[in-house]
Amino acid sequence: MTKLDIFLWIILPYISITIFILGHIYRYNTDQFGWTAKSSEFLEKKRLRFGSTVFHWGIIFVFFGHVAGLLIPKLWFDVLGITDDMYHFGAIWFGGLAGLAVVIGGFFLFLRRVAVKRIVKNSSVSDYVALIMLGIVVLVGFTNTAGYTATGGDFDYRVTIGPWLREILTLQPSQGMVLAMAQAPIGFQLHVSLAFVLFAIWPFTRLVHVFSLPLKYLTRNYVVYRNQKPYHKAKVAQKKEIN
Amino acid sequence: MKIKAQFGMVMNLDKCIGCHTCSVTCSNTWTNRPGTEYMYWNNVETKPGVGYPKEWENNDEKKGGWHLKNGKLELKAGGKFSKLINIFYNKDMVEIDDYYEPWTYEYENLVNSPEKDHQPVARPKSQLTGEYMDITWGPNWEDDLAGVHETGKNDPNMRNLDEQIKFEFEETFMMYLPRICEHCQNPSCVSSCPSGAMYKREEDGIVLVDQDSCRSWRFCMSGCPYKKVYFNWKTNKAEKCTFCFPRIENGQPTICSETCVGRLRYIGIVLYDADKVLEAASVEDEKDLYEAQLGTFLDPFDPVIQKEAVKQGIPEDWIEAAQRSPVYKLAVEQKIALPLHPEYRTMPMVWYIPPLSPFMNALGGQVDSLSPDVIFPTISQFRIPIDYLASLFTAGDTDVIKKVLRKLVAMRTYMRSVQLNKPFDKSILEAADMTEEVAEEMYKLSAIAKYEDRYVIPKSHREDSGDMFSHQGNAGFEFMEACRSCMGGSSEADPLEYYESGFWRELDESSPKGV
Repeated sequence: MTKLDIFLWIILPYISITIFILGHIYRYNTDQFGWTAKSSEFLEKKRLRFGSTVFHWGIIFVFFGHVAGLLIPKLWFDVLGITDDMYHFGAIWFGGLAGLAVVIGGFFLFLRRVAVKRIVKNSSVSDYVALIMLGIVVLVGFTNTAGYTATGGDFDYRVTIGPWLREILTLQPSQGMVLAMAQAPIGFQLHVSLAFVLFAIWPFTRLVHVFSLPLKYLTRNYVVYRNQKPYHKAKVAQKKEIN
Repeated sequence: MKIKAQFGMVMNLDKCIGCHTCSVTCSNTWTNRPGTEYMYWNNVETKPGVGYPKEWENNDEKKGGWHLKNGKLELKAGGKFSKLINIFYNKDMVEIDDYYEPWTYEYENLVNSPEKDHQPVARPKSQLTGEYMDITWGPNWEDDLAGVHETGKNDPNMRNLDEQIKFEFEETFMMYLPRICEHCQNPSCVSSCPSGAMYKREEDGIVLVDQDSCRSWRFCMSGCPYKKVYFNWKTNKAEKCTFCFPRIENGQPTICSETCVGRLRYIGIVLYDADKVLEAASVEDEKDLYEAQLGTFLDPFDPVIQKEAVKQGIPEDWIEAAQRSPVYKLAVEQKIALPLHPEYRTMPMVWYIPPLSPFMNALGGQVDSLSPDVIFPTISQFRIPIDYLASLFTAGDTDVIKKVLRKLVAMRTYMRSVQLNKPFDKSILEAADMTEEVAEEMYKLSAIAKYEDRYVIPKSHREDSGDMFSHQGNAGFEFMEACRSCMGGSSEADPLEYYESGFWRELDESSPKGV
């Protein structure tokens, strides 16, 4: 276990996770006004349609794919009777397709951001950094699926990266899993370490909008009212009235 | 019964001269910041025309407002689930070009140009890209029918008219339509906002955007059938007419009303039953929507209503203001003000007294000693077609428009006879369903239009609002731009930065820019 291994597979993840969590808390508390999806549809619509739709739907499936592949232990699949072959078929075809959607959609979004004058002029540095970092992580990840796993590579991330990540997240990293990471193919190593770099810059970019997915909308009333009286005072007044 | 107070506005279109003072003062007050320069929260359109943004009334295509789906009220663009599914791309949203691409002029060139044979010019430059541009559309492009022989064909209100004829020179007609946010009783923008950033104020019905909660999902823009929610392309947040709430709370009229040279705007409150709104907005026939909306308003003179209102926490001075409200008088009592496009089912609260067209002309100057048989048929001959007005204000019901115009004509002829001491055929008033007192009152309110009659604005009860400090940052635009340092900075920083304290400051103080 070299110092680099310790840095990449223990220190970097923890630094990154710390920045990710504290960064979001800090940003949420200090910069509500800047916390947006930064939609540029108002300035340019035609080229956004394909890129945005394909990219976003793709990345939602990719996210759930990662949950299934990394956070859910392999044992669970075995218990459910999902064989390795079945899993790999799904991972390669569904994962591959979702990955392809992200790559293509992201490429369209990238082209739009560098080619459409109005968008270029209204892009911040953080927009480019987020887009490029995300692009690299996605490209490397897609290459792993399409170029390694799908062509019969025998590295199984479900018994290496998966347990390692779960150990990191449960605050009990072990030497064995760090060694397993150190011996992983370079493509997987790159994908994982770059992803942690991306998580570290995440809270300071537009990517925060992921956490604002307005699911609450589904259950609330259509028309929202706000009262000038502070909430607790209004409640007290109401109670008094009832009594 | 859930009694709510709601601010409303009435505009008397007969008096609008299309001077745009309202738009300019509004813009100077609210939208002189980067990213808002294309916005006119108040704009004055010449009708017929496609308007601002282009074809905003074409909601078959733009999907603003509500419609009935299997007898139930639903957002025209689709319900909550469909909104979340389509959150990555809103196909119904208008683009900035539908308003216009904002520009400025290269004024420095006028000063800095070296001596030449020709006068230096200030070329137009896009405020979006900073590049030279050709101006092909702008705010108010159709002013006084400019180009409307072309664009007017796309005015949805012309659908039922013989447009060929109406765009012939001899047949042309026009009117001005000043527009602000309608502060609807059943706002579809608020209902379309997935993050709950838009809200209606419980106390006075003013619809606002919480700048801190807005997440740039932009469904409010397409959800509003009047296209009165705007997108700040610099801050990526929605912004809209605030009904000048800081002024209103202090009993002052909105800036557009205050500065209106025609004195055509009226502001007041109405009391309405919030429990009735959904039912009223869901009536089957679009033509019944106007009456249904009137049905939600409560009579502030009814002691039962008054008692219940006090019980529900409406301040007594507000009930009194509701009694003196010009909006209540014009819309409910006199029934001469009509809502704009009631068929959108949002129950708008800016109402309009339809214009009479050149009145003396239509009667051939023979306005004295007329009988109802002569005077009322002429209404159908007015220059502005009844069908056109009906398309704007009554979902196509020409009878309502005729009734209103009849009242306006009857009031005028009656007052003329009074002023000139001439004999008057009282059956004119009767035919218009009016009494002399009503005509007199209508005259006072619409022609004399005293300041204190036009604006009956009860102050907000700040003593009820408790800890006002907690409201800081909930509304208003003083913070201007997103946190720059944590966003990595925008590639092109403005030379001027707005500070929370309200002062402008040169960003780079070491090298001050030329004036």
